[in-house]
Amino acid sequence: MIASLVVSVAIVSSVAVFLALLMVIADATIANYGDVQIDVNEGTKDLTVKGGQPLLKALGDQGIFIPSACGGRGSCGLCKVQVVKGGGQVLPTELPWLNEQEQQDNVRLSCQFKVKEDISIKIPEELFLVKQYVTKVERLRDLTYDIKEVTLALVDPPEIKSKAGQYIQFQVPEYELTDEAVYRAYSISSAPSDSRRVELEIRLVPNGICTTYVHKYLKEGDEVIINGPYGDFFLSDTDAETICIAGGSGMAPIKAILLDMLDKGISRKTRYFFGARTEADLFLLDEMKELEQKLPDFTFIPALSNPEEGGSWKGETGLITDVVARYVDEGTAAESYLCGSPGMIDACIKVLISKGIPEEKIFYDKFS
Amino acid sequence: MESNWYPLAVFFAAVFTNNILLANYLGMCSFLSIAKELKASVGLGMAVTFVMAVTTVLNWMVYTYLLVPFGLEYLRFIVFIIVIAAFVQLVEMIIERVSDGLYAALGIFLPLITVNCAILGTSLFMVIRDYSLIVSFFFGLGSGLGWFLAILAMAGILQKLKKARIPKGLEGAGITLVITGIMALAFMGFAGILMIG
Repeated sequence: MIASLVVSVAIVSSVAVFLALLMVIADATIANYGDVQIDVNEGTKDLTVKGGQPLLKALGDQGIFIPSACGGRGSCGLCKVQVVKGGGQVLPTELPWLNEQEQQDNVRLSCQFKVKEDISIKIPEELFLVKQYVTKVERLRDLTYDIKEVTLALVDPPEIKSKAGQYIQFQVPEYELTDEAVYRAYSISSAPSDSRRVELEIRLVPNGICTTYVHKYLKEGDEVIINGPYGDFFLSDTDAETICIAGGSGMAPIKAILLDMLDKGISRKTRYFFGARTEADLFLLDEMKELEQKLPDFTFIPALSNPEEGGSWKGETGLITDVVARYVDEGTAAESYLCGSPGMIDACIKVLISKGIPEEKIFYDKFS
Repeated sequence: MESNWYPLAVFFAAVFTNNILLANYLGMCSFLSIAKELKASVGLGMAVTFVMAVTTVLNWMVYTYLLVPFGLEYLRFIVFIIVIAAFVQLVEMIIERVSDGLYAALGIFLPLITVNCAILGTSLFMVIRDYSLIVSFFFGLGSGLGWFLAILAMAGILQKLKKARIPKGLEGAGITLVITGIMALAFMGFAGILMIG
């Protein structure tokens, strides 16, 4: 009885050990690609990394963070990198995320693409500025019943250089709703001049992994890891009239842009349309009033789609698209900055184009 | 029974009358998720065929020369799984190293196969039906090709379905399962030709 037990354990273990040994040997020989060189932006940086790992991870280890929302599982399609030299052919797991132009330019999904030889890649310069930051929650404030303002004080490194309108990625640690750390993107709502702080506006989405964490678990004093800044949604360097449109927590990047205009003394004519359902969904009204006084030519136009019957609301009512259509004249030479849900943005783009604003002057940041 | 043609009979039976997917409904998860794309279906089909043919032989050897002599037949489940997992890993590493083209076409599907129950199922049927080494090889090859045939047929049908108006509740996995059922009935038509089991 005991003998047969020992034999069975021994046999199974020896099979497992033999196969494991085979794997270890294979790992050290077949899967060992040695060190490889990554040339970034024609000599701007020359990295030596261990071959055989995904490009996303190889770059991350060297302090270059490519935006990625899914953490490298090939399910968000954000971590695109152009490979100029080397790299072999595109994998079927990348194809769903690449359009024809990108395939011609040899753009790859860096989480799927493994570095097995010396390669040259091209990435946007601003990604060099992207770093990982350890921060501490300085303040939590309820803006509405479902939007929280989160102020993070930077600890290490102590300062961040961003442009108004950009976003960061917030790391949600392992907790009840997720068994691994995940990243979610949020726009910075504080002014870039306040380089020691990052302020976010986060709306509670039922069962949202990050939003639930922020609303139900996060406390003042907690440590939060972020990385950034990312994005090319920021104010252009012109004097054109500006039309901003936002809904809900889409307020965040627009607020940062307005504060930045104040800091830099930019005096272009600006109108900001903010759409909400009821009065309970409006927030930062005092701050906006203050900006109206401080900025030379700024008007804040909040609009409610479902104002309470007989309530005290005296402002605009109706869908934000209708309000914008009423205010913006035909043929206005303006630039437009939009932030909100995809539905709202698409509808607003239609209205703006019908008013004669060219599509290339409409910039937007879609939640998705 | 054991005529010279027996291995071939098992081979054809595994492809048509006893198709592992349509008769035993094994290997459904990757079938359902990959059949949407014709090109990927071909890659996965080839990978399954290759892995099935080789692992059936490997598992036959492990079973006959290691498990049976020590009376450890009951451990076959765990041992077969370990052998399949290690083999798939090894093949993936080799393909990745040797050929970019082959890796893109086939290697990328290998991790999916490790947990494909059709592969384990084939090895277990081989034991239950008491096949010899040669017959096992043909059985594994036939089962793989049968699975390949089923996913290819399904991928072709789903291409057509893209243009069809499917009731909302049946979209996706629903309609695929209904079609799989009908295909299984059609394959039963082969049953008169030969049977194994």
